[in-house]
Amino acid sequence: MRLDLGAIAKAGTSKANQTGSWRNYKPIFHQVKCIGCGLCKIYCPEGCVTMIEKKKYTVDYTYCKGCGICAEECSSSDIEMIVEEK
Amino acid sequence: MTTTLTAPKEQSCTLLAPGHTACTGCGEALAAKLVLGAAGTNIIVTDATGCLEVFTTKFPQSSWEVPFIHSLFENSAAVASGVEVALKALGRQNEAKVIAQGGDGGTADIGLQALSGMLERGHDILYVCYDNEAYMNTGVQRSGLTPFDCMTTTSPCGEFSWGNKHNKKDMPSIAAAHGIPYVATASVAFPKDIENKVKKALSITGPKYMQIHSPCPLGWRSKPQLTIQVARLAVQTGLYPIFEIENGKVTKVRKVTTPKTPVEEYLKIQGRFAHLFKSPKGKEEIQKIQEIADRNIEKYGLA
Repeated sequence: MRLDLGAIAKAGTSKANQTGSWRNYKPIFHQVKCIGCGLCKIYCPEGCVTMIEKKKYTVDYTYCKGCGICAEECSSSDIEMIVEEK
Repeated sequence: MTTTLTAPKEQSCTLLAPGHTACTGCGEALAAKLVLGAAGTNIIVTDATGCLEVFTTKFPQSSWEVPFIHSLFENSAAVASGVEVALKALGRQNEAKVIAQGGDGGTADIGLQALSGMLERGHDILYVCYDNEAYMNTGVQRSGLTPFDCMTTTSPCGEFSWGNKHNKKDMPSIAAAHGIPYVATASVAFPKDIENKVKKALSITGPKYMQIHSPCPLGWRSKPQLTIQVARLAVQTGLYPIFEIENGKVTKVRKVTTPKTPVEEYLKIQGRFAHLFKSPKGKEEIQKIQEIADRNIEKYGLA
């Protein structure tokens, strides 16, 4: 690793950190009762919830830290938090 | 040598890339993501030292998908001023907007003079303060924006203390007193509101100040999944008034719920206020906090 005066890091390189390993609880997106409000995507602090198609959202477990905001705020209670076994 | 200012294409879902090392349920990460999402790719951002800077730029990595500069704790606004003037000198001010950022400590305490200078000189910059109400990065020390009776590591509660004995600094009013065109407060509980305010602010020429209430589960000792609920209750009780000040006049507010939500609802889900519920004397202190909320409701006409 070379250090220059004024350290420069490349954009978006933090994707190398797989923060999903921090997780204790895992969100399960049932995709059954979903009304497509998109709150899970909007409120995710990691920005790792994506829309596959209308009324179908999914989460990237590589980065999801399992905070549970998506499950708490889901307007149709379609997301469940389960204890993760590793 | 000229380099183009065009930021990378929106390949990832957000301009704040995942893999940042914010705590689970971080309100500040969410706020930054929403601000960047609303501002778009043609921006240059600066940041003061603080949680946001630390968790997004773990060297040699960076979460920012837009040009980003961090220099010191106190000079986010000064660095942004330099960037804005440089763009003007090169005749390229139409190519990118400048956004300066800071936490509540980097804004209201340490960076206040740099911010005041930026507002006074009239730079075309949007300053965003992510208000998590203490120095969270260094381990929850009280800042100028820590609310009354809040327990932090430097304002502990105990036999002779109820926690922070000073009131929260009215930072939006200080910014507005500079006679700037736009001042706004927002909360992570209302993402659409943040989006609208950032877009509106960026359409105005001149210095703009925006303060976003961002819960910190670690420092506030609340459950990570309740981040949004905590932020929402702060607004509904009147403890965090949401308003817009344009050219010195309050033009828009978010009304509190009717009937009024008591401040206990907000306080009881956070460990930093737990000491108020442990003894009967705490009731008097809660009453004082209720009075703060009532004053806010009256001042900004939130009822």
